[in-house]
Amino acid sequence: MTTSSTSGLPKLTYHVWTVWRRNFDVFMKTWHVNFLPSLIEPILYLLAFGFGLGTFVTEIEGISYIQWIAPGLVAITVMYGSFFECTYGSFVRMYYQRTFDAIIATPINVEEVIAGELLWGATRATFNSAIVLAVVAAFGLISSPLFLVMLPVAFFGGLLFAALGMCFTALAPNIDFFNYPTFLLITPMFLISNTFIPLATFPSQLQTIALAVLPLTHVADLSRILVVGKVETLGGLSPEWVLILAVFWIAIVTTVLFILAIYLMKRKLIK
Amino acid sequence: MQIAGATASVNTMASQVLIKARNLTKRYNHFTAVDHINFEVYKGECVGFLGPNGAGKTTTVRMIYCFSPVTEGELTVAGMNVSTNSREIKRMVGVAPQEDNLDPDFTVLKNLQVYARYFDIPKAEATKRAITLLEFFQLEEKQASAINELSTGMKRRLILARALINQPQILIVDEPTTGLDPQGRHIVWDEIRSLLKQGVTVILTTHYMDEAAALCDRVLIIDNGKIIETGVPQELVKKHVGEDVLEVSYDEDVLKTLKEELPEAHIEIFGDQIRVFMSQPHGVFEHIITKFSGVNMSIRNANLEDVFLKLTGRKLRE
Ligand SMILES: Nc1ncnc2c1ncn2[C@@H]1O[C@H](COP(=O)(O)OP(=O)(O)OP(=O)(O)O)[C@@H](O)[C@H]1O
Ligand SMILES: [Mg+2]
Repeated sequence: MTTSSTSGLPKLTYHVWTVWRRNFDVFMKTWHVNFLPSLIEPILYLLAFGFGLGTFVTEIEGISYIQWIAPGLVAITVMYGSFFECTYGSFVRMYYQRTFDAIIATPINVEEVIAGELLWGATRATFNSAIVLAVVAAFGLISSPLFLVMLPVAFFGGLLFAALGMCFTALAPNIDFFNYPTFLLITPMFLISNTFIPLATFPSQLQTIALAVLPLTHVADLSRILVVGKVETLGGLSPEWVLILAVFWIAIVTTVLFILAIYLMKRKLIK
Repeated sequence: MQIAGATASVNTMASQVLIKARNLTKRYNHFTAVDHINFEVYKGECVGFLGPNGAGKTTTVRMIYCFSPVTEGELTVAGMNVSTNSREIKRMVGVAPQEDNLDPDFTVLKNLQVYARYFDIPKAEATKRAITLLEFFQLEEKQASAINELSTGMKRRLILARALINQPQILIVDEPTTGLDPQGRHIVWDEIRSLLKQGVTVILTTHYMDEAAALCDRVLIIDNGKIIETGVPQELVKKHVGEDVLEVSYDEDVLKTLKEELPEAHIEIFGDQIRVFMSQPHGVFEHIITKFSGVNMSIRNANLEDVFLKLTGRKLRE
C-alpha cells in the first residue's frame, strides 16, 4: 500500500508486535478453550495409536511405537496450530471482520499487519506444541535432554506453515476454498510425513518427494531427534544429513514463504 | 470538551492549505473511479464531499488517509506526499470509515484501547481518552458490551469515538450519520462543531444535504469521478436555484401551461411533483399561484438538495 513501491523486501518495524498483541489479547480472553484441544488431542492419539495400535506394532527402530509417534504428534501440532490460524483465522479477520482495514488506517502498514499475523501463527504453534510436549512428558515418552530445543523449532516451523497458510489466504476467493489445501496438502502430510508411519518403510521415490516438498517431514525429523533422540536414514541420506537438510530446508523455505505471503497479501489488500 | 490535538484559532489559519490534490486520479483496473480532480482543503475548515452513490467520494478520502494508493496525479497532506509519508500522515488523521470495521473480538472499551495501541498511546492515557470519548458519545454504559450487542447507531458513534483516540488534526468521516436517529445525528454534529472550534480540519462525505448545509464551510460535488461544482452551500443555492422553488402536484396540462407561461424557468419532475426553479421568482410564483387557483401549489425556500439534484440529475445511480 502506502509505503513506497510494491517490490522489494517488506518494511517492518516494531509495529508488528502491536498486531501480534491484538491476537494475543483475543487468545487470552478465552485461553482455556484454546488450550483444551492441544491438551486432549495428543492424549487421545497416544491412547488410540500408542496403546491400541501399539499392541500390533511393537517396536520401530528400537523404540516403542507410542514413543515413535510422540514426536510426530508435536510436529503435527506445529502444522495445525499455525496453518489454521493463518488460513481460517486470518481470513475471518481480513474478510468478515475487516480488522486489517481498520489497522491499516492507523500508522501501521499492511506489511506489518501480515507479519504480525504470521508471527502470531508461529506463536500459537509454539504454545500448542508446548502443551503437547507436556503431555508427551507426562506419558514418560521424552528421552532426549534436548527436548526444550523443540520450542524454537516449533516457532520457526510454525512460521513456515503460517506463511504457507497466508499464501492460500491471499489467493482464496472465499473461505470454503481452504478445503483444497487442507485435503490436498495438510491431510497427506499428516499421514505420510514421518509422523505415524515411518517414512523409511515407503518406496524410496516417495521418501525423496517427502523430503523435497513436504515441510512437515523436516519438522517431524527434528522433533524426533530432539524428543526421543532418534532419526533414520531417509531417501538415501544418512541421519546427519537428514537433520542438516531439515534445518536448511526450513530456514530457506520459511524465508521465501514469509516474503511471498506478505507480497501476495499486499497485492490482495491494496486497492 | 478538548479532544483534538490542534489548538490554533480558526481565523489565523483560514488560508493555510492542508490538503492539496492535483489531477488526482484513481483507477481500479481499467475503471476510472476518480478522474483528474483538483481541490484544496484549508486548515480548520469543514469540507463536504457530496455525490451520488458510486461518485468516488470514498475512493477520494481513502487516498487522503493513505489507504488506497494514488494511480496518477499528486496528493499532499500537510505538505507530505501520501505515497512516501503515509505513516506520518496517518498519525495526524482520524478516520471513521463508511463500513463498520470495529473489532468484534473486543468489548467497546477494549476496542478503543487496542486502537490506541496502534498509535503507540500508552495504556493509561488511552484509557483516559477512551472513557472521555465514550462519555461524550453517550456510550459509557456500554463500555463492557460486546460489539454485536450494539445498535447500528451506537456502532457509528463508537467508530467516531475511535477516530478521535489519536487526537487527530484532520478528521475524515465517511457518511458519519447514515443510520443514526435524530438525536444521534445531533450528537455527531455537535461533536464535529466542537472539533472545528478547536481547529480540527474536517472532511466529510454525506448524502444528507441538510447535514452538509449545517456543517460544511464548503462543499465539493462529485459525479462520475469528477468535481462538477464547488463552493459555499448558501452561495451554490443562490447561484443554481435562486431563493425560492415552486412545487406543483403533477398534472400534464398544468406542466404544459407552466412551460408556456415561464419559458425562462428551469422545470423538473420529481416523482409526482413538478418543481419550478427561477433566478428571479419574485412576484412571478405568486402570480402563477393565483392563476392556477384550483391546483395544489406551494412556494418554499431553495436548498442544497435542489442544487444537488439539479447538477447530478435525477437518475438513480448504481
Ligand atoms: N475495490 C474496488 N474495486 C473496483 N472498483 C471499485 C472498488 N472500490 C470502489 N470501486 C468503484 O469505484 C466507484 C466509486 O466508488 P466509491 O466507493 O468511491 O463511491 P462513493 O461515492 O463513496 O459511493 P457511496 O455513496 O455509495 O458510498 C464505484 O463505481 C465503485 O464501484
Ligand atoms: Mg462511499
